[in-house]
Amino acid sequence: MGIAMTDSTPNSFRNQPDERGHFGDYGGRFVAETLMPLVLDLEREYRAAQTDPEFQREFDDLLEHYVGRPSPLYFAERLTEALGGAQVWFKRDELNHTGAHKINNCIGQILLAIRMGKTRIIAETGAGQHGVATATVCARFGLPCVVYMGAEDVRRQSPNVFRMKLLGAEVVPVTSGRGTLKDAMNEGLRDWVANVHDTFYIIGTAAGPHPYPELVRDFQSVIGKEARQQMQDRIGRLPDLLVAAIGGGSNALGLFHPFLDDPDVKMLGVEAAGHGLDGDEHAASLLGGFPGVLHGNRTYLLQDEDGQITEGHSISAGLDYPGIGPEHAWLKDMERVEYTAITDEEALEAFQLLCRTEGIIPALEPSHAIAAVAKRAKDMPKDSVILANLCGRGDKDIFTVAERLGVNI
Amino acid sequence: MTRLSNAFTKPHPALVCFLTAGDGDTAANLDALVEGGADVIELGMPFTDPMADGPAIQQANIRSLGAGTTTADVLRIAAEFRARHAQVPLVLMGYANPMIRRGPDWFASAAKDAGVDGVICVDIPPEEDDALGPALRAAGIAPIRLATPTTDDRRLPAVVEGSQGFLYYVAVAGITGMQQAAIESIEANVTRIKRATAIPVAVGFGVRTPEQAGEIARVADGVVVGSALVELVAEHGTDAPAHLRELTAGLAKAVHSAAKGAA
Repeated sequence: MGIAMTDSTPNSFRNQPDERGHFGDYGGRFVAETLMPLVLDLEREYRAAQTDPEFQREFDDLLEHYVGRPSPLYFAERLTEALGGAQVWFKRDELNHTGAHKINNCIGQILLAIRMGKTRIIAETGAGQHGVATATVCARFGLPCVVYMGAEDVRRQSPNVFRMKLLGAEVVPVTSGRGTLKDAMNEGLRDWVANVHDTFYIIGTAAGPHPYPELVRDFQSVIGKEARQQMQDRIGRLPDLLVAAIGGGSNALGLFHPFLDDPDVKMLGVEAAGHGLDGDEHAASLLGGFPGVLHGNRTYLLQDEDGQITEGHSISAGLDYPGIGPEHAWLKDMERVEYTAITDEEALEAFQLLCRTEGIIPALEPSHAIAAVAKRAKDMPKDSVILANLCGRGDKDIFTVAERLGVNI
Repeated sequence: MTRLSNAFTKPHPALVCFLTAGDGDTAANLDALVEGGADVIELGMPFTDPMADGPAIQQANIRSLGAGTTTADVLRIAAEFRARHAQVPLVLMGYANPMIRRGPDWFASAAKDAGVDGVICVDIPPEEDDALGPALRAAGIAPIRLATPTTDDRRLPAVVEGSQGFLYYVAVAGITGMQQAAIESIEANVTRIKRATAIPVAVGFGVRTPEQAGEIARVADGVVVGSALVELVAEHGTDAPAHLRELTAGLAKAVHSAAKGAA
């Protein structure tokens, strides 16, 4: 399974970004001058890697034998019965090594880092899944790794902090701002700007300055390419609806992108509504934000009327980010993908529903997608097919869930 | 000639002093910088996510926003400064999002009305110039670009093109207020940049003392000091003006007595 080359067909939804890294009005390279030469180098190196069969071979080989791909496509029979409508299928990316989709991207980026001769890796992390995946590939390739993580996230995701340390990474708690993912990303950028000569920044989602949104999407597109083939093999047709949770948006783009030019496949991106979209306590950048510039790209942001960034809230640390990958901003404006939002409460219910109907403990991030599936499936005919991305497993979240359910463990 | 270009045609190098708007009594603090001998005032627009700044200026941003500073407040501070100091050049420095929130034309026009002479936007490189640059130029405000140690000769022409007022050479690959670069590296880079452009080159990042400022002034057209001043505001609160005046006077003496091109 190779890395996508940009499709050159006119009127395709798969031919973004343009040569400046713009997805329509979004994306771009809004970084300090110190980083610009590096970002341009990265783009040149990525273009070379895309046409290098050896890079493709190494990427595919690691995905197969180290990550455990292809991930299964699973028909959730009991969940389907419980919902009483459309058939629900899951792409099981929670079965990957390290327990989430994040590793797909980390494999691709560390191979790029090695190509570029970089000897030190940094990353930001929210829920800790990207931090664990980055620490994992650093251990695998013997490179030192520093992970920036908001102090609040260090508290609520302590198992993942310990995992990163076991893997040899240094975890730096970030106390600026509210101590969450956006603050960790600021600190990652500060480290990078001071260490450009030897450091590669493995960004965890399809956001940041060009070419990150494009290359993260391409590395994650293995999800959708596999799913497309698996659907054809299993039921002889494509699904009617794709559903995925969205923080920065990489698992959703990974699933959606290979289907974007299939007009009969509808797509639903699920943001975190936190305590509800009517207040300020949510992380729904697309539904509750406005376009602006942060962390290297122009995209939808949670912000006030002066352009100050407001803090997102979600029960899921991985969705608690005030921005969104720029390609989602474009897909929203193009109306190719529909976006909705799910509250903390709804996600918790869906989390428990999947545990009990399928024997799968999902992460809180895909629990948002499952909640949206539950709402839609009921109103769809029984011969219709929903495919949702089960992008992470829930082991890391059991403490948060226990706390919310009032259980002392 | 403009207020900004006048600052760089004096017989001595220019001292550029930075403070964050809305952090303490900004009017009194800015006046102290002028009284101390600052040639150009750089007024920081506070932002929630100042990713190019070190701890001192991050804290100043947090203090300012915590005190409720709005974009309207920043523009009012600028306009009142302009009313008190008709001839002192005033530059706004900050990040893209607060500048373009209401549209680049709105911002350029509001800044012009407030008597602002130039704008430094950290996270709009030449590649994204159309996000703000054309609006500034149309309003007669100088877009001041940054060059860094990583700005190689291949992209230097693009950085210089469309840059006005002065070019801000960031002496270290890093964030504000941290280590100082070696003078040899600064001199070599300023020389390289000056071969590519006729506009003045001011050097900042990591400059804290009169000794450092004086040394840099021998090889550049201007010296920018920020974090050391911002720290005085943090430390002394309402008593900051006297301390700012004293440090600025020391910096000005060192910068102004350095003969241009002496090195």
